[in-house]
Amino acid sequence: MADLRCDFAGIKSPNPFWLASAPPTDKAYNVERAFKAGWGGVVWKTLGEDPPVVNTTSRYGAIAVNGQRMVGFNNIELITDRPLDVNLAEIKQIKRDWPDRAVLVSLMVPCEEAPWKKILAAVEDTGADGVELNFGCPHGMSERGMGSAVGQVPEYVEMVTRWCKSMTAMPVLVKLTPNVTNILAPARAAKAGGADAVSLINTVNSIVSVDLDHMAPNPMVDGKGSHGGYCGPAVKPIALHLVAEIAADPECAGMAISGIGGIETWRDAAEFISLGSHSIQVCTGAMHYGFKIVDDMIAGLNNWMDGKGYSRLQDFHGAAIANLVDWQDLNINYELVARIDQDKCIKCGLCHIACEDTAHQAISVTGQGPLRRFEVIDPECVGCNLCAHVCPVEGCITMAPVDNGKPYLNWAVDPRNPHAGAAE
Amino acid sequence: MGDETMDKADIQAGRLDSEALAENFADVHQPLDQTAALVEAQRCYFCYDAPCTAACPTGIDVPGFIRAIATGNVSGAAMTILTENILGGSCARVCPTEILCQGVCVRNNVDGRGDQPVAIGMLQRHAIDHLDPAAAHPFLRASATGKSVAVVGAGPAGLACAHGLARQGHEVTLFEARTKPGGLNEFGIAAYKVPDNFAQEEVSFVTAIGGIDMRYGLALGRDIALDDLRRDFDAVFLGLGQDGVRALEVPGGDLAGVHNAVDYIAALRQADNLAALPVGAKVVVIGGGNTAIDIAVQSKRLGADDVTLVYRRGPAQMGATVHEQEFAQINGVRIKHWLRPLRLEGRGGEVRAAVFAAVRQSDDGSLLDAGTEQSLPCDMVFKAVGQAFVPPGDVGLQLAAGRIAVDQDGRTSLPDVWAGGDCVAGEDLTVQAVQDGKIAARAIDLFLRENGS
Repeated sequence: MADLRCDFAGIKSPNPFWLASAPPTDKAYNVERAFKAGWGGVVWKTLGEDPPVVNTTSRYGAIAVNGQRMVGFNNIELITDRPLDVNLAEIKQIKRDWPDRAVLVSLMVPCEEAPWKKILAAVEDTGADGVELNFGCPHGMSERGMGSAVGQVPEYVEMVTRWCKSMTAMPVLVKLTPNVTNILAPARAAKAGGADAVSLINTVNSIVSVDLDHMAPNPMVDGKGSHGGYCGPAVKPIALHLVAEIAADPECAGMAISGIGGIETWRDAAEFISLGSHSIQVCTGAMHYGFKIVDDMIAGLNNWMDGKGYSRLQDFHGAAIANLVDWQDLNINYELVARIDQDKCIKCGLCHIACEDTAHQAISVTGQGPLRRFEVIDPECVGCNLCAHVCPVEGCITMAPVDNGKPYLNWAVDPRNPHAGAAE
Repeated sequence: MGDETMDKADIQAGRLDSEALAENFADVHQPLDQTAALVEAQRCYFCYDAPCTAACPTGIDVPGFIRAIATGNVSGAAMTILTENILGGSCARVCPTEILCQGVCVRNNVDGRGDQPVAIGMLQRHAIDHLDPAAAHPFLRASATGKSVAVVGAGPAGLACAHGLARQGHEVTLFEARTKPGGLNEFGIAAYKVPDNFAQEEVSFVTAIGGIDMRYGLALGRDIALDDLRRDFDAVFLGLGQDGVRALEVPGGDLAGVHNAVDYIAALRQADNLAALPVGAKVVVIGGGNTAIDIAVQSKRLGADDVTLVYRRGPAQMGATVHEQEFAQINGVRIKHWLRPLRLEGRGGEVRAAVFAAVRQSDDGSLLDAGTEQSLPCDMVFKAVGQAFVPPGDVGLQLAAGRIAVDQDGRTSLPDVWAGGDCVAGEDLTVQAVQDGKIAARAIDLFLRENGS
């Protein structure tokens, strides 16, 4: 059995699976259930100043793809709409009852020192393990000068982070918004402000869909819609990239990373950890299926690590970063060619038509009906993988390396590159 | 042996109460609701040059209409279907999809998963059912050509031909021997496959295009003559079907309780009150095609205690598909193979037993008596050994293998007469009849245009 214990900037949890600051962590009732289910930690839904905000009815929108519901999910909910003292009392009780779990608290108050000082002291009194500064929420609160309105201005990020670090001994996480051109700007600002960690991504600004009968964006509130935060499995690739950018950045070295964005399985989590996440946070997956999904996340990660010979999370933490390079460092002499397993082929023709219509005309068709046969025309195949992706049969089309005898060559020095060697 | 015949015939009506009968003869398939249709539609891989389309006698763009269902364009899906097959609604209900589109679905090829084909028939029905019956007919007629065509037979072939011709702007007169249109959809198909007056509603839909004048009770060779039609119209299409019942020449065929399956099914389909239909306690059906299956299952569903379907060869040689055979079996019909009918035995003029000779197949495929006999006690026997085309007298039409000879466009030996459906060679399927009518309509249209005014 692998050791899944997580040490995140000094915050300990029995496993790296935390629930993100969101509706699943809004109340002691939910958090209690989550801990009973086995979650390693929670980031309490964002606290703000009293009086609490008021939320709308109709808060979520979702995208289903080919029968799979909630592939993409969006919300227009604001921060907690419960009084501050109620939340604080519950946090205190939860931390007392579950001392081995990570209990962090998400915070969002105006960009002034006094409110931050006040709320940090109140949170510290609960015994919480750390705070997460919500500089990511892209809707509603941003219009009030908070959330992503702060996260999009590196100077504000640094300033507020520095305040917080000077006001509390608790570890400070800065939650980043993906709604920026370059994630390194706010990440480096957090680092400069003294942040112990960053967590990302918060939701992507979005309009999830349009109700064509009412001609209004979803989710609709009395006939009107608003932009909201997009999350769920559809945003995972965006999140992986942004996490990796920070993990690979020497200037950000030393900050822990809590990976967030479409994580629903142990495999998703392993990918985030391999790209430099120390813990991972889940929201949509739990909102879709309930807290029980953590069972397989724990067992699956454990089994996979055992199979790979990893005994601790650190054994593969950031391991994929070494293989993340710039495009120009890729081996231009590497060649793949598609291979179709004729025994597995079901004759759907999707590989042929994809290649014929949209790629390189490298898959031929001969014969008729059930006897038709699809074959790769090797000299035409550029090894793009399109056919392997469209093929509905797992393992039917594979990409085989071609032994062309050519050495490693990258574009920077390729003679076909008119600018080759210019930098030297 | 006394126990091999029935002591007393027990043929009676009303074996089941009206509630049970209503349930037994209601729609055999629960239609897909919107969610189920969406889930099923999303199973389609949208194959290139799809095998299902190639397998459909009418060439419906199956992946195209299924994708339209998946995107919520259900009326577009219906139009895709109807463009190739104006009787897409009945075909969705009666097609043996397991040997056509669904039989070649590539999902059948996925090894190891035991995958099921996409339920194309059910999806087709979902799309067609989506059409609002109160809406205007979805196809427009071309401007009037001044040409007129006589179509004989208001079954699937005649209806498809009439619709195709009317759409091109020709005037069609549709002659039907019976008092009602629909052909086998109205008189021959098992009731639970096309319940709720579906056949008539579909005819109303088809003829709503306009330009089709329906004349009932007029049979070719009896009330109307081909020569007269050729004189009075610019072209003629014959969709005559197969009115003859193949004879089963065994002693005892004239006993009371012995019926032709097609006649009984027609009566059942037209019955206002199923409880008034007499059915035996022990029923023997002789034959191996879909009609045999249909009469066996319907007898059972009318309340017969014991229904045995007897076929002279094995399951693989039966005209009924494996799916139909299994359907009969799950309805409690016993199927016996390799038995050749010898005679029907009776008492007091009523049938009491059917006697068969056990047979086996010789190396050359012919049947040899195995030397034993089996007697099945029964009080009702249905003969379902096939239908045959009956030519409408000697009207100068060349025949081929007992049916009207036609070329690939459905043109007969007479230059202005076309034919299609069960009265010509080919698969005896509703969907093939529709295709015959469609092809002939195109050929007739071309013929009428080439022959000027």
